[in-house]
Amino acid sequence: MIKKKIAYSKESELMLADAIRRIAQPARRSFLQRTVTLGGLALLTGCSIDDQQSVETALGKVSSWNDRIQGLLFDPNKLAPTYPESMITRPFPFNAFYGEDEAPEVDGDQWRLELSGLIADKTPWSLRQLRAMPQTDQVTRHICVEGWSAIGKWGGVPFATFLKRIGADLSAKYVGFKCADDYYTSIDMATALHPQTLMTLTYDGKTLPRSYGYPMKLRMPTKLGYKNPKHIHAIFVTNTYPGGYWEDQGYNWFGGS
Amino acid sequence: MSKPDIIHPRWLRLSHWANALAVIVLVTSGWRIYDASPFFDFHIPTGITLGGWLAGALQWHFAAMWLLVVNGLIYLGINVFSGRLKRQFFPLTARQLLADFAAALKGKLAHADPRHYNAVQRFAYLFVMCDIALVVMSGLVLWKSVQFPLLRELLGGYESARRVHFFCMATLVGFFIVHIVMVALVPRTLLAMVRGR
Repeated sequence: MIKKKIAYSKESELMLADAIRRIAQPARRSFLQRTVTLGGLALLTGCSIDDQQSVETALGKVSSWNDRIQGLLFDPNKLAPTYPESMITRPFPFNAFYGEDEAPEVDGDQWRLELSGLIADKTPWSLRQLRAMPQTDQVTRHICVEGWSAIGKWGGVPFATFLKRIGADLSAKYVGFKCADDYYTSIDMATALHPQTLMTLTYDGKTLPRSYGYPMKLRMPTKLGYKNPKHIHAIFVTNTYPGGYWEDQGYNWFGGS
Repeated sequence: MSKPDIIHPRWLRLSHWANALAVIVLVTSGWRIYDASPFFDFHIPTGITLGGWLAGALQWHFAAMWLLVVNGLIYLGINVFSGRLKRQFFPLTARQLLADFAAALKGKLAHADPRHYNAVQRFAYLFVMCDIALVVMSGLVLWKSVQFPLLRELLGGYESARRVHFFCMATLVGFFIVHIVMVALVPRTLLAMVRGR
């Protein structure tokens, strides 16, 4: 599934290596078993951790609680810092759960953005229609859950404008995304409506390249990298928690600042 | 506060061990998080990290942070409002610190009354309080860089805050090692922190 491929930088090699390690682990259920220090911790606390499932459940509950806290902390008017174009990271690192040469090839002419859920006008959108909407761009910092960050320039349609245009229920809790690389994720409505949340069609002034999510990705400088879906082909609005590819495996759902 | 032979009151002992647990979980899970994208030419051996993989480490880290912060605020609150902070940690003069440090190196530092800290202890404990405060603040910037712009800029931005967070951790681990060595040299201090006397 994963091939080692020439990476852009040392950082992306590390990312890829980490992705390979993750995928090489057949069952995430066993992630606690692998931990040598957990035994020491158990001695220290005097707690029995025979039932690893319960430890995992407890940590999952704290993570959900953290989602709520983060929702309360999120100020919809606070903007992520922007940078001059001279500070753009070149080349901007590629990162996904697969190698760069395995990024999906999407035919932009055939591509249609499907809409479903709590949306008044569910007519699919073409790339041409999206490009005809008012465009804006931003130079912001992309922060990966692994810790590294890189500055890039993304352009496209403010997501709030689009959501209003299609008559999405803006009081709904979640917006979910389905992607051509079988990735999926979801975000809170407050972040969806944040002024810097962008339906991205360009990178650094050019058509969004395949490796960065052609034909369209959602760019949110207030969220970690894995919350920014690429190659989106379907958007839905819902009140039912939709989860996500990494989130379902234990990564925090809110995943942002 | 309580009986005169009590060296450490119960709240202090509870807070101390809660803090120890939080620090151990945070440091070992933090090492695992660091390993996901090291910014130095080394990584932390996996065997001494907590969490098994990045997501597990992050879950431990973002659970234990609440223990560190809530317990730390309770500790500081009781210390400040009971007057213990002023009583136990001050005055602290450079001269006394140097004198006690020299005495400690010669193995002649008096422990006449274990209820009172010598100048080296005062300095070390105040120092580690500040270190933990800074590790929490830099952690806030890493977790919520958009929501805390002033803190972010004070720490020199996101990438700089990562380094600050790391060096605070390294300092904390350094304190931990010296702390353990001192306890090994004077084992009754461990007893005092367990049973109060």
